[in-house]
Amino acid sequence: MKILVPVKRVIDYNVKVRVKADGSGVDLANVKMSMNPFDEIAVEEAIRLKEKGVADEVVAVSIGTKKNQETLRTALAMGADRAILIVAAEDVHDDIEPLAVAKLLKAVVDEERPDLVLAGKQAIDNDMNATGQMLAALLGWPQATFASEVAIEGGRATVTREVDGGLQTIRVGLPAIVTVDLRLNEPRYASLPNIMKAKKKPLEEKTPQDYGVDVSPRLAVTATAEPDVRKAGVMVASVDELISKLKNEAGVL
Amino acid sequence: MTVLLIAEVSRIDGGSDVNMDATAKAMTAAAQLGEVHVLVAGEGVTGDGAATLEGAAKVLVADDALYANGLAEPVADLVVGLAGGYSHIVAPSTAAAKNVLPRIAALLDVMILPDVSGIVDADTFQRPIYAGNAIQTVRSSDAVKVLTIRTAGFEAAATTGSAPIEAVSAAGDPGLSSFVEDKVAESDRPELTSAGRVVSGGRGIGSEEDFAMVEKLADALGAAVGASRAAVDSGYAPNDWQVGQTGKVVAPELYVAVGISGAIQHLAGMKDSKVIVAINKDEDAPIFQIADYGLVADLFEAVPELTQKAS
Ligand SMILES: Cc1cc2nc3c(=O)[nH]c(=O)nc-3n(C[C@H](O)[C@H](O)[C@H](O)COP(=O)(O)OP(=O)(O)OC[C@H]3O[C@@H](n4cnc5c(N)ncnc54)[C@H](O)[C@@H]3O)c2cc1C
Ligand SMILES: Nc1ncnc2c1ncn2[C@@H]1O[C@H](COP(=O)(O)O)[C@@H](O)[C@H]1O
Repeated sequence: MKILVPVKRVIDYNVKVRVKADGSGVDLANVKMSMNPFDEIAVEEAIRLKEKGVADEVVAVSIGTKKNQETLRTALAMGADRAILIVAAEDVHDDIEPLAVAKLLKAVVDEERPDLVLAGKQAIDNDMNATGQMLAALLGWPQATFASEVAIEGGRATVTREVDGGLQTIRVGLPAIVTVDLRLNEPRYASLPNIMKAKKKPLEEKTPQDYGVDVSPRLAVTATAEPDVRKAGVMVASVDELISKLKNEAGVL
Repeated sequence: MTVLLIAEVSRIDGGSDVNMDATAKAMTAAAQLGEVHVLVAGEGVTGDGAATLEGAAKVLVADDALYANGLAEPVADLVVGLAGGYSHIVAPSTAAAKNVLPRIAALLDVMILPDVSGIVDADTFQRPIYAGNAIQTVRSSDAVKVLTIRTAGFEAAATTGSAPIEAVSAAGDPGLSSFVEDKVAESDRPELTSAGRVVSGGRGIGSEEDFAMVEKLADALGAAVGASRAAVDSGYAPNDWQVGQTGKVVAPELYVAVGISGAIQHLAGMKDSKVIVAINKDEDAPIFQIADYGLVADLFEAVPELTQKAS
């Protein structure tokens, strides 16, 4: 079985985000970029399925600028077999919308014919939580989102999903799209020898034109602003003082 | 312009019913866009609650076993079948809607607008990005706008209306997925996203047993219980208690953070709370930068004392 894993290159989750002074977006110049944390979990899950003998090939795909090579090399160092980079933007500030990403991924799926696509639940930059569901729609495939447990057996996936009230388990026929949540696994770090080996693994470069996909945005960003800042509070010295402030000053007790 | 509002349907007391709080908040946003029709899809649902929502011109009820568990494929097909004639398709930003609405949008060949926190006009919306570190304003050029509403940002619509109810027939069964089981914890505590008070615990609590201390404080205050990701990952608290960028977003009158450091991913889910209290033994913990009242203390002493004195 073949697994396709879409991985996005995003601002590292530890970096303090700054809005550009002219309000045209977030400043991504010279900031640390990493693989989207949810996508590391997806890569890890794919590799574990390969190690268990359930899968025989793991292909990582990334859409963005030339720099996304780095992210794909990370996926290869973790254990993916090969990678596809679709260069769809010149500048990191030009984010490709989930609908366009899903159309490109559909074209890749049509060519590669994987049995399973393991995507992240959400990219931590745009916080869309949409691409996997959109790809499933375009392919007419079932979807199992927000997975905290995945079991593959007999051409079906049984997936436990993190939902508002707790957990829901569903079963989907393969091929299917699964999007992964935080508690599915703990991704490994790539070892140095594997990082070296990854340099020799195949990484193919494509463009949206190769797939005949129009990536023009549907949403025009008219402004990007800092959120309202909370005004600084006060420190209290004791539980008694806290209770008195909450009763008499804030009026919430 | 007519808006289709997809009601949040939850399992309540063994049956299915509309989650009125989430739906009423999304109604307030939807009503700014035009006349609103509410769709209630589930098994054994009536539409009676939705009909009372101020702003509803009509309630459509799709009562069918196909929709009993909110599976994405049949629900998306139902909505796409009804979508003609609507300018906007709106739902509260719940796990169920985040699952289904992007699928609907892609089937209609339009973008999704997730987690809308402000409506500028019928085409222009505000939404947080980067864990709420920036607020983006976007204008959509799509024929139909598909959006989920961040309920913490909107008041609930009143329930004094009486809209007519119409049955709609189910769409076909795509047969792509099937329901196995739910593990849903029943609780007498207020629901996290609608509670007026929330007490959350973090990794500082140290164990599942000691997390009971946080629950006791919550019960003394009549509050819902929340948790940081670290507390959930460590097994101190169930996944549906997680507050943050990738968990639930809350904005209660009072939020008490116990043994939580205040990572941006956590703040993303609670920084719009009216009054924030932080209890942490580290005076440099970032949570104190956004807290209205900070107490530097060992939580094992402060929390029982607060519980006793606040009850
Ligand atoms: C992709 C991604 C998504 C994420 N999403 C979320 C999310 O939705 N929600 C979320 O919360 N996090 C999220 N995180 C995790 C986040 O980055 C932090 O790791 C997490 O919030 C830390 O939890 P914590 O504050 O409980 O733990 P810690 O950071 O370990 O803080 C524990 C605190 O407890 C205090 N403490 C310890 N002992 C005591 C004591 N006896 N008395 C008083 N205080 C004590 C310490 O001083 C410390 O400040 C996400 C991370 C990633 C990468
Ligand atoms: N540009 C991209 N390249 C590769 N994968 C992507 C890209 N954008 C989104 N994805 C995948 O879709 C998931 C959800 O992203 P989003 O819908 O943008 O929140 C991510 O975790 C990735 O698995």
